[in-house]
Amino acid sequence: MIPTGFTYHRASSLKEALDLLNTHDDAKLLAGGHSLIPALKLRLNQPAHLIDISRLDDLKGIKEEGGTLVIGAGVTHGEIAHSDLVKEKVAMLAEAADLIGDVQVRNVGTIGGSLAHADPAADWPALMLAAEAEITVLGPNGSRSISAEDFFTGFYETALGEDEVLTSIRIPIPPAGTSTSYQKFMQPASRFAIVGCAAMITRTNGTCDRVRVAFTGVADKAYRAKGIEDALTGKAYDTGNIEAAVSSAAEGVDVMSDHFASEEYRSHLARVYARKALSAAS
Amino acid sequence: MTFIGKSVKRVEDQRFLTGKGRYTDDIVLPGMTYAYILRSPYAHAKILSINTSKAEAMDGVVKIFTGKDIAAAGINGVPCGWQVNFKNGDTMKEPPHPLLVADKARYAGDGVAMIIAESKEAARDAADMVDVEYEELDAVTNAADAVADGKPLVHDDAPNNMCFDWELGNPIDEVNAAMSAADHITSLEFTNQRVIPNAMEPRAAIGQYEDHSGKYTLHTTSQNPHLTRLLMCAFVLGVPEHKVRVVAPDVGGGFGSKIFHYAEEALVIWASKQLNRPVKWTSDRSEAFLTDAHGRDHISKAEMGFDKDGNILALRVKTHANLGAYLSTFAPCVPTWLHGTLLQGLYTTPKINVDVTGVFTHTTPVDAYRGAGRPEATYLLERLLDKAALEMKRDPAELRLQNFIPAFDGVKEEGYMTQVALQYDSGNYHGVLERALEMVGYEDFRKEQAAARDEGRLLGIGFSTYIEACGIAPSAVVGALGARAGLYESAQVRVQPTGKVSVYSGSHSHGQGHETTFAQVVADKLGIPLEDVEIVHGDSEAVAFGMGTYGSRSLAVGGSAIVRSIEKVLEKGAQIAAHKLEANPEDLEYAGGKWTVKGTDKSVAFGDVALTAYVPHDYPQGLEPGMDFSSFYDPANFTYPFGAHIAIVEVDKDTGKVSLKRFIAVDDVGNVINPMIVDGQIHGGLAQGIGQALFEGAIYDEYGQLTNGSYMDYTMPRADDLPSFEVDRQVTPCPHNPLGVKGAGEAGCIGSTPAVVNAVMDALAPFGIKDLEMPMTPERVWRTMNS
Repeated sequence: MIPTGFTYHRASSLKEALDLLNTHDDAKLLAGGHSLIPALKLRLNQPAHLIDISRLDDLKGIKEEGGTLVIGAGVTHGEIAHSDLVKEKVAMLAEAADLIGDVQVRNVGTIGGSLAHADPAADWPALMLAAEAEITVLGPNGSRSISAEDFFTGFYETALGEDEVLTSIRIPIPPAGTSTSYQKFMQPASRFAIVGCAAMITRTNGTCDRVRVAFTGVADKAYRAKGIEDALTGKAYDTGNIEAAVSSAAEGVDVMSDHFASEEYRSHLARVYARKALSAAS
Repeated sequence: MTFIGKSVKRVEDQRFLTGKGRYTDDIVLPGMTYAYILRSPYAHAKILSINTSKAEAMDGVVKIFTGKDIAAAGINGVPCGWQVNFKNGDTMKEPPHPLLVADKARYAGDGVAMIIAESKEAARDAADMVDVEYEELDAVTNAADAVADGKPLVHDDAPNNMCFDWELGNPIDEVNAAMSAADHITSLEFTNQRVIPNAMEPRAAIGQYEDHSGKYTLHTTSQNPHLTRLLMCAFVLGVPEHKVRVVAPDVGGGFGSKIFHYAEEALVIWASKQLNRPVKWTSDRSEAFLTDAHGRDHISKAEMGFDKDGNILALRVKTHANLGAYLSTFAPCVPTWLHGTLLQGLYTTPKINVDVTGVFTHTTPVDAYRGAGRPEATYLLERLLDKAALEMKRDPAELRLQNFIPAFDGVKEEGYMTQVALQYDSGNYHGVLERALEMVGYEDFRKEQAAARDEGRLLGIGFSTYIEACGIAPSAVVGALGARAGLYESAQVRVQPTGKVSVYSGSHSHGQGHETTFAQVVADKLGIPLEDVEIVHGDSEAVAFGMGTYGSRSLAVGGSAIVRSIEKVLEKGAQIAAHKLEANPEDLEYAGGKWTVKGTDKSVAFGDVALTAYVPHDYPQGLEPGMDFSSFYDPANFTYPFGAHIAIVEVDKDTGKVSLKRFIAVDDVGNVINPMIVDGQIHGGLAQGIGQALFEGAIYDEYGQLTNGSYMDYTMPRADDLPSFEVDRQVTPCPHNPLGVKGAGEAGCIGSTPAVVNAVMDALAPFGIKDLEMPMTPERVWRTMNS
C-alpha cells in the first residue's frame, strides 16, 4: 500500500493551484483525498505531482446568494450534513451527506472532490442532477459553469478539463411546496450506493407540478429518470401514481452488475428506492 | 481480597488506548532493511523466467532473492504440524511448501521473490521492475470439483488433488442400517463458505542476526512464538534453537491466522544473516487478504434420521474440505479432529459416521479460524435440527430438548462418551436452552411473529445449541490423533524478594486480556494486590516454553499451569513461614496474604516470607533459598463449553435485506474469572459468527482470482449491523482443571452463525424455502423469495 513517488505542492491560492496544474503535465489535485489516496496506494493512479487545495478558503463555505445555494468545492460532507441552511433549503443534500462513508470520511472528504472523481456509485451525482445544480469551474481562461446534466459524461468521467479546478456548486433553491428526499441502498462493504435515488417534488394542492428524480449506482454514471418525472408530473401525489411511475426507473440505461447486485436485482432496487424516495418526499 | 469473578478493568488497555502498544511494525532496529514480497498474480502458473537486473540496479535496493536462491540454499519449505492419514493407512500427501516458489505458483499470492531495500518505498518500487515471465495454467478452486478426474492438479504427486480421506464414528454399515430404519430423514447439502480472518494488525516479521554471537532474533505477529521457533529451527532453516529468540510483542488480533508458522518469518531470519542486517517485512491489507491463512470452506452433505417420535437415530456426513494450495500448520486437523469429533453435538445420537476428504486447490491455504472445525460441526447439526423440525412439524426448541444428553457433572456422574471419540467433561444442556427461551419470551414471540405475518412482515427466530472441545489439549491424546507437538502449557511464577510477583506464561495474548485475567488468578490465590503481579508473555527468552493461544486454551491450560506453580510457591512459603512462626507447616493456614497458626493470631505475611527466601539468614535447614517455580500443565481432557443462542431477524420483503433484531446468548464456559472480559469475548465472537451468516465470504473466480480482497468488497460486520446483545451465563465447572474453567474465546463464533441462518429460514418459511447458502446477502434472499 505504498504509492509511487510524487512531488507534493500546497497551493496557497486558487491562482497558484491553477498555475501548478498548468505547469505540470502529470498532476492531480488533492482535496480530502478519500478517493485519490486509495487509488495512489493501489498504484491505480501514479501522478508525478499532487497539488493540495484542501486549505484554500476560496473553496470553503455554504451560503445563500439570491435564490441559489452556493456550496464551496472544498466543503466536507460533514459540513453539509450539519448545515442548517442546507437542511432548510434543500434537505435531501444534508440527508445524503449523512449517509456517506463514516464519520471520518465525512469530516475530510469533500463534495468537490467527489464530483470531480465521478464514482458511478457516489451519492452526490444523483443529488446534483435532481437539484439541477450548476457546477462552477475555474480554468486558465476564467470561470465557467457546467450544468450537472452535462457534467457527468461517463464512468469516472466528467466535463471538467484537465487544466480546470472545480470551485463551487450552485443549487437553485426550490420554490415553496417542494419536498425532497434521498434514499440509498448501501453496498454493505464500501457503503457506496448500490442504488441511490434523489427525488424532488413541487406540489400544488396535491398535484405534482414539477418532479425531479435521479439515480446513482445503477448505471455507469448518474442519470435523471425522466420517465418517472414525466409519468408523475401533473398527476396527483398518491401511492398508485408513484407505483406506476417508478416502473421505468432503470429503463434506458445499461444497468451494472457485480457481487452485490446483479442487473436484475439492481433494476428492482431502483424501482423500490424510487418509490421510497418519492414517498419520503411528502 | 478476592479478584476471581470480578470485572476488573483490563490493565493492558491503558497502553492500547493511548497508542503506547508496541507492535512488530513499531520496532525499528539500527541498519534495518525492508522486504517486499513479490507475489504471483496467477493462481496457477509456470514461472518461465525471472529477471531482477533492472530492479537490482535501482536506488536503495540491497538484494533480491528468488525461489531459486532459496532452493539453492537448501532451505526446506514450511512444515505441517499435524498428520492425518488416508483411510487405507497411507500417509497424507504433504507436498513441499517452499518459502518462495521457483518453478510454479499454486495460488494467487504465492511468493516469487523477496526484494530487500533501504526503505519500504524503494522495495515496493523495485518490485514493479522485476520481470517475471509466467505461463498461466488452468486453476481449480472448489474442493468438490477438484477431486474429479481430469482436473488441474495443484501438486503432481497428489492425484485427484486429494491430501487425505478420513472417517470417524460408527462403522458406515451400522449407520446406514440405522438410517434405513428411520421414519424421517432430513438431509442438507451446503457450503460452509471460506472466510478471511482480517485481524486488525496485518502480519509482520523482523529478522535480526548478530554475527559475533551467531544469534538470531525474530519479532513476529504470532499467537505462539515458541512453536514458530521450534518449526523454523528444526524444520525450515536448521538453525540451533538456543541461538534463536522469538518475540511476539503486542499482537493486534489473530483469530487463528497468527497461529501458523509462515514463510515470511523464515525468510526474514535467513535474509538477515545473508545481509548481516535486520530485515523487516510488513504485510499490507491486500496482501493480508491473499496470504493470511483463510478459514472454513467445507462442502458437505449431511443426513439425520429420526424415529416417529422425533428421536435422533443416526447422522451421516460427507465433507470435502478445501485446504488451499499448501498445508498450513494445522490445516489437516481442522476438518477432521476438530470437526468430526464434534458431530455428537448436545444430542444422544446413537450412530454417527463422518467422512472427510481433504483437498488441495489453487487458493490461499486454509487453516484454523476462530472455532476451527467446531463452527462447521455446529452449523451442520443446528441447520439439520431446525430443518428437521420444519419438516416434521415439530417445535425446534422442543426437538432439541427432547434429544439432549441429560445433565452430568463429571464428578458424581461420569463424563459422557460420544460416538466420535470424545468424553464430554460436564454439562447441563437443558439449562442453557431453557434460560435462553425464557430470555427471548418464546411464546410471546411466536404470537408477535404470527401477527407480523398477517401484516406481510417477515419475522423469524432461529436456534443454535452448541458444544465445543476447548482447552486444547491432552498431549497423549492429540499425539495419537496426529499432532506433531504436545499441547500442554508452561508457567513460571517468580516471587521477587519484595513479595512482588512476575509470572512468565507460555500463553500469548493478542487481545484476550491475559495480563488482567491471569493477574486476577495470581492475586487471588496469593492474597496480594493485583498491581503486585506482572504477567510476561510472548518472548522465548523470558518464557521457558509455550504452546500459545488458540482453541480457547489459555485460561484452562495456561491458567492451570500458573495455579500449579502457585501451589509450589505456597508449599515452600509454608515451610519458611513455619520456621519463622516456630510451628509445623501443617498447623498453618494461608489466607489474606499471610500464613497464620491455626487458632492463634500468630501470622507472617507473604512479603516477609518472600524476603526471607532471598535473605535466608534465619532459614529452615536444608531448604533451598529463592522462590521461583515452573510448571508444565498437561490437561487430563479437553474442556467442553456449551450454550444456546437465539436470533430474531426481520427480512425486508422488498429488498431481501436481513435485519438482526435481537440476539440472545446463554453460554456455559465453566467458572468465570473476569465476567467483563468473558462478555467481551462472547460479543466479539457473536459479531464474527454473525458476519459469516450474513456478510462475509471469499469469492474466487474461475481463474482462481480472489475478487473481493479489499474492504471495499469484502463485507465485515459493523457495529450498526448488530443489535445490543443479550447475554447470560450458566456455570457448570470443568471437573478436571484446578480453576474449573472451560474457555470462552470461540463460543460466540461457534454458536451464532446457525442461529442467524435458522432465523432467516424461519422468516422465509411462508415461502416454502428450506435451504439457503451463506452469506445470506440481500440479493440471495430476494432471489429465493422471488423464485
